[in-house]
Amino acid sequence: MTASIAPNFTPDVQYLLRIADTALILSQRLGEWCGHGPALEEDIALTNTALDLLGQTRGLLTRAGQIEGRGRERVFDEDQLAFLRDERDYRNLTIAELPRGDFAFTVLRNLMLATWLKLHWDRLQASSDAEVAAIAGKAVKEARYHQQHAADWVVRLADGTAESRRRMHAALTELWRYVPEMFATDEVDAAAVASGLGPARSALREAWSAEMAAVCDAAQLAPPPPGPWVSTGTLGVHSEHMGLLLAEMQHLQRSFPGGAW
Amino acid sequence: MSVQAAWAVLEQVLDPEVPALSLCDLGVVRDLRADGAGLEVVLTPTYSGCPATEVITQSVIDALDRAGLGPTRVTMQRAPAWTTDWISDAGRRKLRDYGIAPPGPVAPAQVTPIRILRRAPPVDCPRCGSAQTEQLAAFGATACKALYRCLDCREPFEHFKPI
Repeated sequence: MTASIAPNFTPDVQYLLRIADTALILSQRLGEWCGHGPALEEDIALTNTALDLLGQTRGLLTRAGQIEGRGRERVFDEDQLAFLRDERDYRNLTIAELPRGDFAFTVLRNLMLATWLKLHWDRLQASSDAEVAAIAGKAVKEARYHQQHAADWVVRLADGTAESRRRMHAALTELWRYVPEMFATDEVDAAAVASGLGPARSALREAWSAEMAAVCDAAQLAPPPPGPWVSTGTLGVHSEHMGLLLAEMQHLQRSFPGGAW
Repeated sequence: MSVQAAWAVLEQVLDPEVPALSLCDLGVVRDLRADGAGLEVVLTPTYSGCPATEVITQSVIDALDRAGLGPTRVTMQRAPAWTTDWISDAGRRKLRDYGIAPPGPVAPAQVTPIRILRRAPPVDCPRCGSAQTEQLAAFGATACKALYRCLDCREPFEHFKPI
């Protein structure tokens, strides 16, 4: 077994890990669809989306590692950061780690997170960190395509058969509980705003809500009012599903350190 | 002189996933410089997660080595982000001849809202030229393509997505 790494969590590193880990963990969940999609085209769509997310993750993890390693003897690379952290050191939104569910659950979560990520990438193009801005310039175009594809499916399922509508409704009820964390705010966001690294999540709420409302209106879906509970993945405190996901994702690098194709 | 020769070599290096196009046609070779240490090739990735990136890097180094123009080092540069608008006119012609519908112009990015119940934008069939086509799938065999079919000649075809 390879020992875990213990990164030093400055606010800037945490800020980047929240976005990178959300993309990474969603990518892992979408990868689970490989060979299980409802149709070949959608199997390919989900895994292509996973691949884009993984590419975005690689860029951001590499950058987070460089920033974390400033003035140190060692610099953690993208693989160390992706595979060798303990559960509490992942900072993704909890919604990304929930089990993949059915296809309705998958496309609605994709829409919610593609919209959230797209709004981040859009603003991150003006980041004070040139490398983050460059990653965002590419990622924003990919996120837009993911968002459109997911929106098409949300409308189609909600406006489809009684069964597809029932499932979309169940997905909405389940996933909406995790919205408050997407726009929570704390000292990590405040530091990112102060340094110009990126926007506070809370500043994206209005745009996100408007874009989601446009799709929900077309789908004749009424999201429930936001509840008081705030999930805590971005603070490193995850759901019970995270450990199992990491066990599978980390297995090869833990058992065969540095193993490569 | 060696820079000119190197460009000529790269005109012949094909994209591993769309081997109808050279890397120059695709627009991913952003710069080529010579200095005391050899050649520096500046490449930009097409998609963040494109699995061909490593192969492309290696094929550039190999081709320039074979031509006796090395040593070569490759620098990846993300900004400005690659767009299909950088595919050359010759590249678009080669795509069509290969059976892939080339991308149209990229819409101004910031103002593209989600389109509800949209029809996929019209794409001409690369085989018979008909505009009567429909999208079968938003994603295809590689990250850069979508799948269409022609309603006139009935042939399926790939479309290089504008991005």
